Amino acid sequence: MTWRVRVDTGLCIGSGMCAATAPDRFALDADQHSRPVRELIDEDESVRDAAASCPVEAISVTDAETGAPVALD
Amino acid sequence: MRALAARCPVTHVELPDGSTAWLVTGFSEVREVLIDQRYSRALVYASDRPRQGLDYILAESLMGMDPPEHSRLRKLVASAFTEKRMQALRPEVTRIVDSLLDDMIAGPRPADLVRSFSLLLPSRVICSLLGVPPGDIDTFHGWSNTLFADWSRSMDELAEAYLAINGYMADLVARKRQEPADDLISVLIDARDSGDKLTEAELVRFCFGLLMAGHETTANQLNMSFVALCHHPEELDRLRADPGLIPVAVEELLRFVQMTGKGSIPPARITREEVRLGGVTIPAGESVLTLSSIANRDPVAFQDPNRLDVLREPKTHVAFGAGTHHCLGAQLARMELQEGFRGLLTRLPGLRMAVPLSAIEFREGHLLASMRELPVTWDDP
Repeated sequence: MTWRVRVDTGLCIGSGMCAATAPDRFALDADQHSRPVRELIDEDESVRDAAASCPVEAISVTDAETGAPVALD
Repeated sequence: MRALAARCPVTHVELPDGSTAWLVTGFSEVREVLIDQRYSRALVYASDRPRQGLDYILAESLMGMDPPEHSRLRKLVASAFTEKRMQALRPEVTRIVDSLLDDMIAGPRPADLVRSFSLLLPSRVICSLLGVPPGDIDTFHGWSNTLFADWSRSMDELAEAYLAINGYMADLVARKRQEPADDLISVLIDARDSGDKLTEAELVRFCFGLLMAGHETTANQLNMSFVALCHHPEELDRLRADPGLIPVAVEELLRFVQMTGKGSIPPARITREEVRLGGVTIPAGESVLTLSSIANRDPVAFQDPNRLDVLREPKTHVAFGAGTHHCLGAQLARMELQEGFRGLLTRLPGLRMAVPLSAIEFREGHLLASMRELPVTWDDP
């Protein structure tokens, strides 16, 4: 399955949780806010971990084809 | 320290025990160490390294793990501490704040802010969130003080407190298993029993860690923030005139206030491989220490960093750390501080310290800058 990964920059508080949990998948900008390195990715457990651990639930992971949210636990 | 941060974000230092470490004080360098997985927490507790005191507890806690082991446990509790959950909890926190203030108003002046407010607020909130009977607060506060606050205790005393609290938690988990409730301990029991997502020992340690972690930290931040505001009366007046500014002020106070006690050493990380940081090369297997309170005053990251400015536009700081170990309770602490200050400043007119700063005693040998007492007084409404 292909996933679509998005970060809501309005919610992001720059905890760096995602960039530490899935360093190949998230990068921080100069203001320490996160963005996905690539929006479309193959299924990746570390992205699921990062999204489930985000303190402000700023990361959304969906099925790229159907748009349905991917279960995080 | 501040001069060091300005000149040199990474310095090789000798510690009081004779060992050496790399001290990191620059803001962006501290962020890098906390986020980059080449700096490991788990390696600090590797079997070939000496352990003492609290190390035995930290090694088995979330604080002693790296991903992916860390992620498996962290995400079990992360959902209970999200911004959304905390907003849902806000009315309960406001209710607790109001009831503590009712008691203060009915009592004598001056009052001790530490015992009548700052410690009680976070303990009552975490008890309510976890599902711990509020009557047990005093008992576990004694254990928490022994374990996390007072470095002068002997190994025997530490071990005794650790066993006592583990026993208490195991009993509580057993009771909740019989009678589940709408609380975090019951959620974790369900994750263990129906999802097999953590072991029984992890479950008990988790509940214990959550109960302990929240209290002294938030209490100290509240006390130190209030003292900082008393020494910047114009800033305090601004908040009194417009309590809507409190959330922004809380962020500035998190950045500005130093939480660590004199002489305490922050949790180390060990380099997994040779790394370049702030212009220096650090070999593999070396100890790296980050000083968040100095990084939060880094002039490269914050303009005029030593000025307390409650109107400062909020920017990411490292008061809650960063990366996988970013404080689990950050959103809870923020909300408690916001509601705490809103209550103190709106319901106690002219609230002020009743003694000069020089009369405030800090507990010796504590991990956190912990005040024995903070006498305050206020005007009649």
